[in-house]
Amino acid sequence: MAMPSLNSYGNTIDVQRALEGIDVRLKKQLADAGLNTAKSAGASYADVRIGRYLNQFVITRENRVINVANTESFGVGIRVIANGCWGFAATNEVTKEGIAKAAQRAVAVAKANAKLGSAPVQLAPQKGYGEVSWKTPIEKNAFEVPIKDKVDLLLGTNAVAMNGGANFVNSMIFAVNEQKYFASTDGSYIDQDVHRLYPTFTVTKIDAASNSFETRRSLSSPVGMGYEYLTPLADQKISSITPLYKQRYDMLEDVKFATTQAAEKVKSKSVEPGKYDLVLDPSHLWLTIHESVGHPTELDRVLGYEANFAGTSFLTLDKWKSGNFAFGSKNVNIVGDKTQLGSLGAVGYDDEGVACKKWDIIKDGILVNYQAIRDQAHIIGLKESQGCCYAQSWQDVQFQRMPNVSLQPGKTPMAVNDMIKNVEKGIYIIGDGSFSIDQQRYNFQFGGQLYYEIKNGKIVGMLNDVAYQANTREFWNSCVAVCDERDYRLGGSFNDGKGQPSQSSAVSHGSSTARFNGVNVINTKRKIG
Amino acid sequence: MPIYTKEQAQALLKKVLSYSKAEECEVNLGGSEGGNVRYALNAVSTAGDISNVGLSVTSVYGKKAGSASIDQFDDASLERVVRRAEELAQLAPENPEYMPMLGPREFKESITFNANTATMTPESRAEMVGKSLQVSKDSKLNAAGFLENSSGFNAMMNSKGLFAYNKSSDVTFSVTTRNEAGTISGYAARGFTDVSKLDTAAATRVACMKANASANAKALEPGKYTVILEPVAATYMMENMFRFDARSAEEGRSFLSKKGGGIRLGEQLVDPKVTIYSDPFNPDLPASTWNGDGLPREKTLWIDKGVVKNLSYSRYWAQKKGVEPIPGPSNIIMQGGDATLEDLIKSTERGILVSRLWYIRMVDPQSLLLTGLTRDGTFYIENGKIIHPVKNFRFNESPVIMLNNLEALGKTERSISVESYRSYLIPPMKIRDFTFSSLSDAV
Repeated sequence: MAMPSLNSYGNTIDVQRALEGIDVRLKKQLADAGLNTAKSAGASYADVRIGRYLNQFVITRENRVINVANTESFGVGIRVIANGCWGFAATNEVTKEGIAKAAQRAVAVAKANAKLGSAPVQLAPQKGYGEVSWKTPIEKNAFEVPIKDKVDLLLGTNAVAMNGGANFVNSMIFAVNEQKYFASTDGSYIDQDVHRLYPTFTVTKIDAASNSFETRRSLSSPVGMGYEYLTPLADQKISSITPLYKQRYDMLEDVKFATTQAAEKVKSKSVEPGKYDLVLDPSHLWLTIHESVGHPTELDRVLGYEANFAGTSFLTLDKWKSGNFAFGSKNVNIVGDKTQLGSLGAVGYDDEGVACKKWDIIKDGILVNYQAIRDQAHIIGLKESQGCCYAQSWQDVQFQRMPNVSLQPGKTPMAVNDMIKNVEKGIYIIGDGSFSIDQQRYNFQFGGQLYYEIKNGKIVGMLNDVAYQANTREFWNSCVAVCDERDYRLGGSFNDGKGQPSQSSAVSHGSSTARFNGVNVINTKRKIG
Repeated sequence: MPIYTKEQAQALLKKVLSYSKAEECEVNLGGSEGGNVRYALNAVSTAGDISNVGLSVTSVYGKKAGSASIDQFDDASLERVVRRAEELAQLAPENPEYMPMLGPREFKESITFNANTATMTPESRAEMVGKSLQVSKDSKLNAAGFLENSSGFNAMMNSKGLFAYNKSSDVTFSVTTRNEAGTISGYAARGFTDVSKLDTAAATRVACMKANASANAKALEPGKYTVILEPVAATYMMENMFRFDARSAEEGRSFLSKKGGGIRLGEQLVDPKVTIYSDPFNPDLPASTWNGDGLPREKTLWIDKGVVKNLSYSRYWAQKKGVEPIPGPSNIIMQGGDATLEDLIKSTERGILVSRLWYIRMVDPQSLLLTGLTRDGTFYIENGKIIHPVKNFRFNESPVIMLNNLEALGKTERSISVESYRSYLIPPMKIRDFTFSSLSDAV
């Protein structure tokens, strides 16, 4: 599930330290020490992840900087199979001795739990890749951009809002760099340098007389890119009732519109509950895809491994085996994809040493596949993993996490205006807002940032207090049209939570604007005391 | 050595401070060790054993602060980390909200550490999980659960002579039991400072009982119902209102803001039966006796008989407003009554018993309107008796409205939030006119 707050584990460090790499030869020696100790202690399989996880936050409000922090988390995690059972240990002592001790602890954990009689782990075969590497193809490393440039951009953004009549504005740039080294007894030594960036702001407008306030959050996306995302490009912009952005973002332009729109929201019409045709922008639809398609097609949920926390899934194996389960209308084609450049989920190899790929999950509306890792692949008849294994840091055990899951664009040429002109009674929703879905992913409720009423093919004004509720299958079967690839954009979650202990991962979801007919809309206005 | 004693921490922090040349310097040291076992389908899925320790330095010149950290503790590394923090501070922009560091304070010794919990091993965890699995297997149900223990310490020292140290431990356990067909589900969760209080078999029996009672759930029309929220449901629902922050209220963007400006301090916010406070020395829910600023944490009354008694003020905001700073809640304790859950059910003519809530998110921060769903045991009550299980509902409700519609409170007990895993002392509660907005097919 998407998390409402930032993941901020780690210790505070300076930029200089963040840019110092660690010699790959040293990492191989350390990893081998762990693998050899694990094997000697009785492991039939072992993998070692040496990780350096760097975060940088620049946080401002109105005319001041609230915090500038560089954090680092550095250590090693060792996962083993011993007596047919998984064991895991992690330490921040990144020395041969520290790693060897952790390897012994991991084997002890596996052996202690094997006594409980678990079914032996069955791993899909995976060839060793030897010594390989992968790096997010960034143009500008966010960690190399001076803090001053980031502060200037954020304070400039805030100034636009305050000069435009906002009461408050918060803004932030959050940069992530995962320097991950993976080695396994299969013979892989994989060095990866992964970058992500998330710029965002929230404008607040207050009407003290009526004790009401409204916010408008940025329409930026978290991205698997460098700082180049913050250099606007005209061909990466889509004109709509408010500017919308593809692979480049114009923060100063967006905040200008946001300030006007926050004020407009305070005075806008409260929605009349009922059935509406919804036109959902990709900046909003990504979250609905994430919750109602991404999570229920996670194989660990389907099998029951998440039953105690995130829940299970209505997309049970019998539905997949039938080969004709209509998840959605024929307009609904959804892929899993760990290779899409610019996305949050793009890496060369997953966290158990499997090269990443792309595959169909929903084809012409039919459920055709799930998301799996090595110890699950045999359950759905796969000969190899789909490369969906991830751990949020060295100190967490890797497990199945969602790849980028994206709705494919429509094949018939269609722009947003073409879509809207055929809607009699509808709401055009931009940006993500409140979200909630049940533990099997049937019943959901979503809000947004901006709601526009559509009457007889035309946008007639702004609405407020909107949320829609639906059943996942009914909703996706009501998808009557998807705009073409010119409108395709990525949204995403920087902090998708799952597992126990809960781990955060970052994942993108692409789509073009799509139309859903006859969806139930509720009014969310309540008054207290 | 992830857990330092007070004396070891003090000696290391003194050494680090001796390298400082900045106007002000603060050093934080923290470490933890612990482990977990996760299981599903009546078998262990993952398990781990994790230890970590780190040190960070904040150096300050005027209102410019810089921080750096390290996890190697030889003299050269310690001096280097201080120099790096100082270099960063010189380069940092001025923070007009920066507050000078505090001088020495007396902190009472906390009661947050327990040796039984700190000495848990992979074997003792496996044994406790084994007891849970035995209950689920005997009941012919599948269990998915999670057991985690951790122990840690935090220490801080600054150039003005303040030193604070705290050691803590915690264990949490949760279990969900379901049948093979996935048509029934039950849940139980427990959290303790002392692991000897944790009975994983007893908790699993509760989950199995709930699961078996949830078979053949019937659909009721959504609408307004009297509900009885068990503590684990009430905790998750109310967690969203526990910040009690003065600044956002005074800025006009909180449920504690007042029409026309001002805040609701001193006003009747909820039913007079509601009293909520923090107390780091409560033996059932001990907490640290100091906060990150180095302010002592004392017993603090937030809501007294429904009236907003205190709001938390950061040091900056307190100075701006001319009041004393009040640290945010160290823990949350809500006073209850003498009634048992059974008593609450007996006194209900028509209502719904809610065992657990799920996926609660904010819909409107102004009214604190939340949405979420019932889960793992929802039952229809008529004339004081549970009549049958019901299908799960989605709700749209505000905890503030809910606490104005409070009919009765039961006995307070320690409960954990099913999402944040924080522990609270919260009673079961009976609420009238709770708003269910739609049905869910989820089990």
